[in-house]
Amino acid sequence: MSIKPFAVAALVTAAALAFTGCATNEAAPAGTGSSSGSQTLTGVGASSQKAAQEKWVADFQTKNSSITVNYSPDGSGAGRSAFIAGAAAFAGSDRPFKDEEMGAGKFAGCAADSNALDLPVYISPIAVVYNLDGVTDLSLDPATIAGIFAGKITKWNDPAIAATNPSAKLPDLAITAVHRGDDSGTTNNFTDTLNKLAPTVWTEKASDTYPAAFGGEAANGTSGVIQAVTGGSGTIGYADASAAGKLSKASIIVGGKPLQPTAEAAASILDHSKTIAGRDANDLAYSLDRTSEGVYPAVLVSYAIVCQTYKDPAVGTLVKNYVGYMASADGQKAAAEAAGSAPLSADLQAKVKAALDSVK
Amino acid sequence: MTAKLSSTPVGSAAAKPLPGPDPKRPGEAVFRGLATGAGILILVILALVAGFLLIQGSPALFADPAKLASQAYGEFVGWVLPYVWGTVWAAILALVLAVPVAIGIALFISHYAPRRLAQPLGYLIDLLAAVPSVVFGLWGSLVLAPAVLPLYETLNTYLGFIPLFSGQVSGTGRTILTAAVVLATMVLPIITSLCREVFLQAPRLHEEAALALGATRWEMIKMAVLPFARPGMIAAVMLGLGRALGETMAVTMLLSGSRNITIELLTSQNPNTIAAVIAQNFAEAFGLKTNQLIAAGLVLFLITLGVNSIARWIVSRRAQYSGAN
Repeated sequence: MSIKPFAVAALVTAAALAFTGCATNEAAPAGTGSSSGSQTLTGVGASSQKAAQEKWVADFQTKNSSITVNYSPDGSGAGRSAFIAGAAAFAGSDRPFKDEEMGAGKFAGCAADSNALDLPVYISPIAVVYNLDGVTDLSLDPATIAGIFAGKITKWNDPAIAATNPSAKLPDLAITAVHRGDDSGTTNNFTDTLNKLAPTVWTEKASDTYPAAFGGEAANGTSGVIQAVTGGSGTIGYADASAAGKLSKASIIVGGKPLQPTAEAAASILDHSKTIAGRDANDLAYSLDRTSEGVYPAVLVSYAIVCQTYKDPAVGTLVKNYVGYMASADGQKAAAEAAGSAPLSADLQAKVKAALDSVK
Repeated sequence: MTAKLSSTPVGSAAAKPLPGPDPKRPGEAVFRGLATGAGILILVILALVAGFLLIQGSPALFADPAKLASQAYGEFVGWVLPYVWGTVWAAILALVLAVPVAIGIALFISHYAPRRLAQPLGYLIDLLAAVPSVVFGLWGSLVLAPAVLPLYETLNTYLGFIPLFSGQVSGTGRTILTAAVVLATMVLPIITSLCREVFLQAPRLHEEAALALGATRWEMIKMAVLPFARPGMIAAVMLGLGRALGETMAVTMLLSGSRNITIELLTSQNPNTIAAVIAQNFAEAFGLKTNQLIAAGLVLFLITLGVNSIARWIVSRRAQYSGAN
């Protein structure tokens, strides 16, 4: 008889726990504007912007205590889909919308005659990291890098590498090239760099998925690549420069000069590139020119995609304020410290500000 | 002298047992209801999971290959086949490494070790099962892979003519053999504890009889314990196999996966497993890509179901030794 009260209590607890699962999960609206009380802004998009967005959200909410900003780093593709469906007020994307994706009236959160605007907000240099005992400085030209990652150059003491590094003691060791096993914008920009600078060696076009034909070792995520390169010997890989840690970064030889993945060398790519033709003057979708002199070519440019005119003007104001902060000098500096990105040049900051001023 | 055989026992004319639960004891009905409900709940959950996989995966299963190639990962069967091979191959390797060791440990604990050593050893093995798989993945990629690299290079240099050990050795050691070792470590406690319990259930009289006839300890085990324990051992191995087939985080963090169907154990080109592919790509997938990944999950579900069905069939063939005698 003594077990009966325990059994009843256990039953009641179990039932209570079971019923807590009955809460319905409603999708949050893209943004709520109300003249009084708290307002919410929702963005979805690239995971490359994750660290920077966390800092921006924290800073912005500190300055504007009545506004809540939510950024879900679900991926560029998910961000673009959410923006088209109207579930997100702005999207974070590692590439701007293509011409066929643009068009007035295609975006549910925008007014019927409004198109979308692509604004670059995050620039991150991609470093070629390597782990080779006794070699701390390595300069490689793009054809050599392409050969290494394509599996054509298999040993560290290959003549192609020795030619650009006369003073380095290169051992007779096999090269293990590490790439991203998961789909990523970093891979997209790295393969684009190799395809544009060494098209005879790197015959595959840019893609989120590393080409299977070129073999090599796969690792999961930026941290996975860094771990794999650190843990092996004679390993080389590509990853966000901010994540490189203690690993040595190779210099890429552009126009005869070896360039390290510094913030200045990376941010200058947009000053040398042109925006895609046939778009609105405020649409800053760049077609990256990786072949300019003095410009570090392996760079990831991430965009914030917004509407020209929002269906709900209050949402438009929220977007203008938040994305405006993201692209401001303070915001870019904060992101550089928190995420290791390269701040937009002053010129570009002014262009983005002008574009945002036109958003309604 | 004809004896009249009565079907009712003496004195029971007024006390025929009722067909249903006795209304004077409601606990009986409640317990029966709860037990039946729990059984039905499990079946319902299984059906819901299968339904989810089918419904969410079907857009990718029935889309035409051109659409899959442009919006997702490509034609389904060709895409998923290397991963099916990788899943099965990694699981087989893990079992080949784990099962002999696990049965050895279980026999040691049940028949060879002194009583005072056997209990703590059992607890320690069970503790291994409590380590999270993420920790195993980190340990494997940070500690085990660099440590076994010299061994792989030696195997490749001297035994490279065997197809298993041929190819260009990976520079980081993150190969399918390393992943199989980590999987074996994760699967070991499951198989050991189940086998240990089954070995302890072997009939004492048979063991004593074997010993009395002059058998050595190992002969006694071979004659009295192992035949009795065979269905239990198979069940244990199948449970371990289920864990190895579905293990996600350890393999994702540890394996350098690709789309090659190969048996080479030491290279960078290892067939990836279905669970690892889903874990790697799900975060950035959307639309038809998500459907294709869930369809791959359905394939894994079917593989596990198939393997378990085979195990059940093998066990049922030996039902007379299941321990009822």
